[in-house]
Amino acid sequence: MTGRGTRTIRVDTLARVEGEGSLYIKLVGDRVADVKLKIYEPPRFFEAFLRGRHFSEAPDITARICGICPVAYQMSAVHAIERALGVRIDPAVRLLRRLFYCGEWIESHTLHVYMLHAPDFLGYQDAIAMARDHRAVVEKALRLKKTGNRIVQLLGGREIHPISAAVGGFYKTPTRQQLRDLVDDLQWALEASLETVRWTAGLQFPNFEQDYEFVALRHADEYPFNEGRLVSNRGLDIDAAEYEDHFVELQVKHSNALHSVVRGRGSYLVGPLARFNLNFDKLPEVARQAALDAGLRPPVKNIFRSIVVRAVELVFACAEALRAIREYEPPAAPRAEAPNRIGVGQAITEAPRGILYHRYALDENGLIVTAKIVPPTSQNQKRIEDDLREYAAQLVAWPIEEATWKCEQEVRSYDPCISCATHFLRVVVEREDARG
Amino acid sequence: MLIIGCGNRERGDDGAGILVAERLRELGIEADTRSGQAVDLIEAWKSADDVIVVDAVVTGAPVGTVTAWDGRPPLASVSTTTSTHGLGVAEAIELAHVLDRLPTRLRVYGVEGGRFEPGAGVSPEVLRAVEEVVRRIIADVRALHHDRPNPHNVLLGVGRSSLL
Repeated sequence: MTGRGTRTIRVDTLARVEGEGSLYIKLVGDRVADVKLKIYEPPRFFEAFLRGRHFSEAPDITARICGICPVAYQMSAVHAIERALGVRIDPAVRLLRRLFYCGEWIESHTLHVYMLHAPDFLGYQDAIAMARDHRAVVEKALRLKKTGNRIVQLLGGREIHPISAAVGGFYKTPTRQQLRDLVDDLQWALEASLETVRWTAGLQFPNFEQDYEFVALRHADEYPFNEGRLVSNRGLDIDAAEYEDHFVELQVKHSNALHSVVRGRGSYLVGPLARFNLNFDKLPEVARQAALDAGLRPPVKNIFRSIVVRAVELVFACAEALRAIREYEPPAAPRAEAPNRIGVGQAITEAPRGILYHRYALDENGLIVTAKIVPPTSQNQKRIEDDLREYAAQLVAWPIEEATWKCEQEVRSYDPCISCATHFLRVVVEREDARG
Repeated sequence: MLIIGCGNRERGDDGAGILVAERLRELGIEADTRSGQAVDLIEAWKSADDVIVVDAVVTGAPVGTVTAWDGRPPLASVSTTTSTHGLGVAEAIELAHVLDRLPTRLRVYGVEGGRFEPGAGVSPEVLRAVEEVVRRIIADVRALHHDRPNPHNVLLGVGRSSLL
């Protein structure tokens, strides 16, 4: 329906996002009057919880923030603390950490591409309905995810909330044979990921391009996980230690979560699209070629195409895992010494959903004086609202149910991990009469 | 029998399933802990015949209420399990049903939770419910072993004497 009426798109509980969240969009006539992505962020419990704890506890504590990306939290924590302490890690440990991250990317991207995002494109309410008609697709997803699980379990030491990552390295490092045992699965996963790129490239995407500021790590030699400068397509090029000089978190009335913006510019985008656009030249040949064959060339400005970019990153993660396994020689010691020292350290690593910033200040006994954690979903939150302001405007003529569904899809393109940033997210859309 | 406790200990009552699993382990009964992601659950119970899953739920019942469901066939009412882990237990059961990956027997214990914020702590009612679920699972295990005696399983006696 069109005309002067006011309508509301309201999603009380966003489906298929991690955690819960809510979205409220108000349409007045053919104008988008208001967009609020409401996130009820609890007090920054974990930052407070970390204060007074010894730094060695931080990897374990922060891993509990998110069931989907515990490795990301551990990696940002250990790197930030190592910088505070001036600890240098063994190259073999560095390689293992990349492998560890590959496992998490495979798990997380598989979950999102197949189970959370694909149903949007194929017209299903959820993965269960999709599985009835596309059983082989879902079976493939289960096997792919299991491959990622195997890596995380081996390096993390257990199924959930990995415990083996430590400041300076790992509590226990694997043997070469243990890693070689993963090779067959990973070779299958690499092929399956290439199929995933082709499959996702064939989906239909809404015509919705935005002029994003893409923000991601960039490393001289490799597609980024744990190291690199933080760069953007608008000239940003900083060390992690400068993050808080360039990004600020603003309080917003409608949400307890903080909105992160680039100082002086506004919202920005982190995650697969940003990484891909800023690091296309660093992808291994197999992933770069898969992207080109799928018609992807940077800059990709359509957030809905994130599903294809995630598939390309699946190819990367499998190829990178195989490389790490080929090159691995166990380190002389599983972890470097990390003596107590006063210091401040910041680190940024690339969680599956985008950059994850940690800062720790330590006292002379190694106790945490302050901790700051900025998860990727907090950073994308303002960008999601900005997108919806544009996207909802394209949908004013649509029946409200369909417009609501399309807006939910847009939010899901970001793979928001609301359980990182918050717990409950409920979504609401409203239409108001604008006559008179 | 495979016993799986699901949830996140750092999010208040969402830790109910994990607490049940840990309590069972203290009593010498093997129990697995999982975040509760559907895909992982399906993988975890792949080769098991008898499975018990414990998770926090929100059904509107008083906090601490214990509800037990037969997971075969999937019940719509189970879809009220909390979802700090995306596709959760209810979805795992439904998806496993579609993919013919349900275990032969599947029992789900839901513990009604009241608070799920990080650091909220576990409600006293939920702590009591955890003990109730532990007792009921021990009874389930004993019934199973009564049906199919296993003379090697002496650990169950420990659970019985300390709890019953």
